[in-house]
Amino acid sequence: MALFDNRRVRRTRKGDFEVRLSADERDLLRSVAPQLRSLLDGDLDDPGLRRLFPAAYAHDAELDAEYQAMVRDDLADRRRASVEILVDTVDATRLDEEQLLAWMGAVNDLRLVLGTRLDVSEDMDLVPDPGDPDAGLLSLYGYLGYLLETLIEAVNN
Amino acid sequence: MSNPAPAEVDRPDIDEVVEPDIPWIVLVWNDPINLMSYVTFVLQKLFGYDLEKATQLMLDVHHKGRAVVASGNREKCELDVFRLHEHGLWATMQHDT
Repeated sequence: MALFDNRRVRRTRKGDFEVRLSADERDLLRSVAPQLRSLLDGDLDDPGLRRLFPAAYAHDAELDAEYQAMVRDDLADRRRASVEILVDTVDATRLDEEQLLAWMGAVNDLRLVLGTRLDVSEDMDLVPDPGDPDAGLLSLYGYLGYLLETLIEAVNN
Repeated sequence: MSNPAPAEVDRPDIDEVVEPDIPWIVLVWNDPINLMSYVTFVLQKLFGYDLEKATQLMLDVHHKGRAVVASGNREKCELDVFRLHEHGLWATMQHDT
């Protein structure tokens, strides 16, 4: 059965994860992960990051300001830590569960930032028109969704 | 729209009217970015829901626009919202009215 197992990320009997991504995929992750890191090191009030720091109290600005003051740095630190793990393990062929969850978090954060920038909608065609100036970003967004599905499938198994 | 009401109206202070022990609810809202499988995974991971319950909540979010995923006192709900935000879900909390 293992002969026909073409899953690219899968849980091993030992409980860690085997990661078989191509060199191109790893290069892609190597180039985009630091971009998320620099966004997180910049202005956290940047509207492009709004999906990473949503309001907790939608109808109470005062309570929400308290919440944001309490959690924002912590949320940013946790996100930075996940990106750091992705950067450090981008060439790894084995990941433990904590590292795999960090990959999931960083990949999802990248999708949130990209999806915000692309203003994606649910019925949007993710196969970009070659003339679309956002074609490259759309392909990246699509790839990260596919990678995230792969990681979820592996961890659920 | 004009407003002919007098400028000075004796209104009760809302903060004092609200009972401190009214329960809060945590809502997850539909968004076009998060994958359905990811939302289900996060609800299972954070709240320990089985696959069936987490899937049902995810489908409620997807089809009805939102779902109540947790409830309790303010501190507990704030922590739940924080963990949902940590995982990139669009969560808010409000009084259960």
